[in-house]
Amino acid sequence: MATAETFYDVIRRQGITRRSFTKFCSLTAASLGFGPGTATAIAEALETKERVPVIWMHGLECTCCSESFIRSAHPLVKDVVLSMISLDYDDMIMAAAGHQAEAILEETKARYKGKYILAVEGNAPLNENGMFCIDGGRPFVEKLKWMAEDARAVIAWGTCASWGCVQAAQPNPTQATPIDKVIRGMPIIKVPGCPPIAEVMTGVVTFITTFDKLPELDRQGRPKMFYSQRIHDKCYRRPHFDAGQFVDEWDDEGARKGYCLYKTGCKGPTTYNACSTVRWNEGVSFPIQSGHGCIGCSEKGFWDQGSFYDRLTNLHQFGIEANADKIGLTAAGVVGGAIAAHAAVTVVKRVTTKREADG
Amino acid sequence: MTIHQSLAADSGSEKTVEQSVYFYQAPVRLWHWGNAFSILTLALTGYFIGSPLPSVSGEASANYLMGDIRFIHFAVAQILSVLLILRLYWVFVGNVHARQIFYVPMRGRFWKECLHEVRWYMFMARQPKRHVGHKPLARLTMFFMFTLPLLFMVITGFALYSEGAGRDSWEYALFGWVFSIWPNSQEIHTLHHLGMWVILVFVIVHIYVAVREDIISRQSIVSSMISGERLFNDVED
Repeated sequence: MATAETFYDVIRRQGITRRSFTKFCSLTAASLGFGPGTATAIAEALETKERVPVIWMHGLECTCCSESFIRSAHPLVKDVVLSMISLDYDDMIMAAAGHQAEAILEETKARYKGKYILAVEGNAPLNENGMFCIDGGRPFVEKLKWMAEDARAVIAWGTCASWGCVQAAQPNPTQATPIDKVIRGMPIIKVPGCPPIAEVMTGVVTFITTFDKLPELDRQGRPKMFYSQRIHDKCYRRPHFDAGQFVDEWDDEGARKGYCLYKTGCKGPTTYNACSTVRWNEGVSFPIQSGHGCIGCSEKGFWDQGSFYDRLTNLHQFGIEANADKIGLTAAGVVGGAIAAHAAVTVVKRVTTKREADG
Repeated sequence: MTIHQSLAADSGSEKTVEQSVYFYQAPVRLWHWGNAFSILTLALTGYFIGSPLPSVSGEASANYLMGDIRFIHFAVAQILSVLLILRLYWVFVGNVHARQIFYVPMRGRFWKECLHEVRWYMFMARQPKRHVGHKPLARLTMFFMFTLPLLFMVITGFALYSEGAGRDSWEYALFGWVFSIWPNSQEIHTLHHLGMWVILVFVIVHIYVAVREDIISRQSIVSSMISGERLFNDVED
């Protein structure tokens, strides 16, 4: 259960050296884009501040956010974050179960009123009064609203919680609804991605713990430090885009030479995330580096933006699979045909009326 | 002289009455031809941004094809926007015809005239009504298929441009609200693309109708946009 011990106490108890600890502080400061002075600030905060209680709830989701989170690149990061925050409740990985587990929620709500962070993985289906997601014997949406009442802030982990993701894709039978549409009047930090990058997740948590404030958010409610630029802006294949060198087919010369994947449907130009800078799996690679375009997993409704392999989105509203160009060309063709017919009728009409007039 | 007038002049025996009225002021005409040039360029470059040309070979550093196409698109878009700002200014200080395609009047007469024009185009009316300035149906079409789509294209265009210019750019400060309506900019790309086709379809109809009316409705249309004057010819065919 939550104690008043600091993060530093916890990691020293776990046998992590002071040296490793300061290393982590510098790395985190760097990944958040701060100068060297901040590393000291982080160290001091972690040494002196009480750990932040975090309640981690799972709604309609696939747990890929948790999977990503526990694979944070630097092995220490996992320990740090799991120890830094006082993860009092996470029904996925906690030892307690049943009534014992649910009692923790009651206790945290009472003891840390207005202090705890509510981290939500997945979203709440609202259809049929929320019956599509039952958690602890009641609809998840109820539990979510109930826990959010006394939280300091809500973190919406992943695209599910931020935008809805696959379960909210059309026609969205369960009416899966992102967190910010369920909870109002509460700061909500969206950390989209399917899953989000582990270092981004730990970075957000570290920021809140260290500075005791919430990160600056953009128009969509995402932390500016990780979601201000597109994959395209920092893509190492960008020179090939500007040069006009593209992969046309998956096995062509361009693909072998590592050209830009724009024509094969890369959503990098419309996706805000840190993949092209932070990368994945200890900074080993990211989709584009592996030769596959970005699918835009951190964007709203990315499942409803047509194929992952088309540059131009297919528009289903028109009843057929057609992109803007096909629809536009068809419209232009129909109008052109109508004009030709109209012109022909005009000519015929003129000739006949003239004849009448002459005759 | 239009084709029609020369026909009338040739047939000497008939009495020819020509009247001319000046009504398209210089800024309106400048805007028209500036738009014609910009829209053609923007549609072409825009199409190739959406569906790029075949890959060029050689070092990436030795080529800048896509960059150039995008540069032309952005530069011409800026010209179009500046012209639009001037034109919007002229809406307020210009003559009554400079205002016509920026709103739709609610008067009954306007709709009656529109209906008459529809009948004219359906070959049901024998003679078209004559108008100084835009014809009612043209005005209606221009408002919905040109003025509004053009504004839409400028707004979404600057919003898309702000993605590259950065979150601290003035483009984002002014047009970032577009992302509140469509958080996923892929949707804005798609709509921007559809907007191009709406305007191109308008251009096709616009050119056809202008040329057709110029020939058979006994009033100058095409040359009016160059000289600013409309010539009325009273001779019936």
